[in-house]
Amino acid sequence: MSFPWAQQYQPVNPFMRWMDEKLPLPRLVYNAIGGGYPVPRNLNYMWNFGVLAGFCLVLQIVTGIVLAMHYASNATVAFASTEHIMRDVNWGWMLRYAHANGASAFFAVIYLHIFRGFFYSSYKAPREMVWLLGVTIFLLMMATGFMGYVLPWGQMSFWGAKVITGLFGAIPVVGEPIQIWLLGGYAPDNAALNRFFSLHYLLPFVIAGAVILHIWALHLTGSSNPTGVEVKGESDTIPFHPYYTAKDGFGLGVFLLIYCAVLFFGPNMFGHPDNYIEANPLSTPAHIVPEWYFWPFYAILRAFTVDLHIPFTSIVIIEAKLLGVLAMFSAILLWFFLPWLDKGPVRSGHYRPLFRKFFWFGLIPAMLVLFWCGGAPAEEPYVMLSQIATAYYFLHFLVVLPIVSMIERPEPLPYSITEAVLGEDKDAVLGENAEPVGV
Amino acid sequence: MIRLFGILIGLFFAVMALWAFGTGLGTVISDGQLKEATAEHEFHLHPRDAELASDGAFGKWDLAQLQRGFQVYKEVCSACHSLKFVAFRDLAALGYSEAEVKAIAAGFQVPGVDPNTGEATTRPGLPTDYFPSPYPNAVAAAAANNNAIPPDLSLMTKARHDGSNYVYSLLTGYRNVDTFSIDGKKVKEEFPEFATPPNTHFNPYFANLNIAMAPPLTADGQVTYAEGQPAPTVDQMARDVAAFLTWTAEPKKVKRTQVGWPVLGFLLFATILAWMAKNQVWAAIKPKKAKVVQG
Repeated sequence: MSFPWAQQYQPVNPFMRWMDEKLPLPRLVYNAIGGGYPVPRNLNYMWNFGVLAGFCLVLQIVTGIVLAMHYASNATVAFASTEHIMRDVNWGWMLRYAHANGASAFFAVIYLHIFRGFFYSSYKAPREMVWLLGVTIFLLMMATGFMGYVLPWGQMSFWGAKVITGLFGAIPVVGEPIQIWLLGGYAPDNAALNRFFSLHYLLPFVIAGAVILHIWALHLTGSSNPTGVEVKGESDTIPFHPYYTAKDGFGLGVFLLIYCAVLFFGPNMFGHPDNYIEANPLSTPAHIVPEWYFWPFYAILRAFTVDLHIPFTSIVIIEAKLLGVLAMFSAILLWFFLPWLDKGPVRSGHYRPLFRKFFWFGLIPAMLVLFWCGGAPAEEPYVMLSQIATAYYFLHFLVVLPIVSMIERPEPLPYSITEAVLGEDKDAVLGENAEPVGV
Repeated sequence: MIRLFGILIGLFFAVMALWAFGTGLGTVISDGQLKEATAEHEFHLHPRDAELASDGAFGKWDLAQLQRGFQVYKEVCSACHSLKFVAFRDLAALGYSEAEVKAIAAGFQVPGVDPNTGEATTRPGLPTDYFPSPYPNAVAAAAANNNAIPPDLSLMTKARHDGSNYVYSLLTGYRNVDTFSIDGKKVKEEFPEFATPPNTHFNPYFANLNIAMAPPLTADGQVTYAEGQPAPTVDQMARDVAAFLTWTAEPKKVKRTQVGWPVLGFLLFATILAWMAKNQVWAAIKPKKAKVVQG
């Protein structure tokens, strides 16, 4: 699709030739994930996570559709219908654990996919659109994951819904009407549960659509690679099939081993015990925490404990709660601007000494601290730690990254992907006499 | 322009977060401690191991123990606690015969409708019925228990951290608040303010140390076990009912781990094959010192 030397689809079987004339679907697949898609030959295992994310999406849709056949989205029976699935539906326990832990697996894979993008600056031109669509998918996933967690109608479902929709209540003037409108009432109840179920069923298909656009945009430029050097010639690429289908097959096996180990031997390790208590609007849990994949952003939300006020007066400009909400949304939305914040010409972190230091000793520790504090109770030392990590998080993306990209002196890049893989050819004049590598 | 806006926004949020940090740090310094020490934090105990047969990745149900635990539930717990997600038919999994299940069900009165008048009444249970609640509604439950509603027990061991061990520890964990100590520190000396309010009972395994439930298992032999079963000490009865509630919370627990092993075995085999296939495919273009061999 993207390079002139891509292998052409040549159907041999008469039926496939007929099909190719009438509806070239096999050709589309061949060009998308078959021999017709030339991929840089040097991708490491960090490039497995896109395929794994796609697998997770299919897994969630398939298990989710079957669960929906047995689930009842009515506040009076939702909790009981979940238990009905766990006890009476044939293999229902496995379906539900597969779906609940599938969400965790999906987010784990997506976080690795996103941080791959951060380290190798995959967001940079010419792949801005791939990145923008990716962040959109992540936002859709967060909405889907949040609404899915509400459906069992346990204590954390109810109080999580209350806290998250309460965030909109922090908006001045229109906040409260918006919150009531979102919930269809003053508190989460049947109206909220029903619309969450409806949207939880809808959004995965929106995600699937966005994934198609994500892959389409990717195929226009071709995949990035660990050197960040663009493909220069045929010797830099190999066909997706069989090389990366084989590599992704192995990656999928490792993924499934970990996923099934959790599914069969610790299916509740990512859940909260309180969600096995039926929702009760009159009893607030001691610690309301969202699912683990929201912890970093939950920590940012809670880090803002001081109103923006004019010092030494009580004149409040922005309340702490609204600041937290703004910061939490900004923390994700700023990812949309990364291609224009980080304008350095070199992509890969391997050749960016200063960027690399900030990545490994700044961003990663800050994210881990936020992750840890987001799941902890809102007490010291967690609040103070999350405040420092939050400050660094914003400084990293909005201040450090733009400045580093301006002042950094990157290390010398390899001439080409082929050279990075095979080593410099001393006998050859740079860039000449290089024979294409047969595949 | 985007970068300029970005830097300003980034600095704004960073300054606000650090401002909040400074305020928090000021509080910590003026208080001289990170957070206030509380009796709930210092004297709360983590559950003791109930050592159930169903524990772990190779766990199995001990059917005799589950039946003893059911007996404890029926004779002690069911006076106050419902078990609403469990049906009598489910008890067949504990090794009861069809006739025994029918007899157990018939021993409970469940809500019914008088076939002649249509009035609400009760009738003996059938295997398809679920365990009835001891109270007609939550108000009645609260009224009978000093305003503390006894929770449903169906999911109790999943609804608490380390639930099976928690149930066992809680039932055997009632202590005298005046003499209770950890590492020689008495709760009453460390926290003179700490009190056990009326109608509550001191139990260090309970989250806030004071539980509304009076000790339900008070004497050895409170439940009479069948011939050939272990002596019904308080410890044994607590263990047995913890085992039973582990089963009610997740009747498919043992099946889950039993299915898990072959699945993992198959996946391991498939993954090794995938690894070998990948190596074979990639061998043709493996980087070598010299020119690459044609694939």
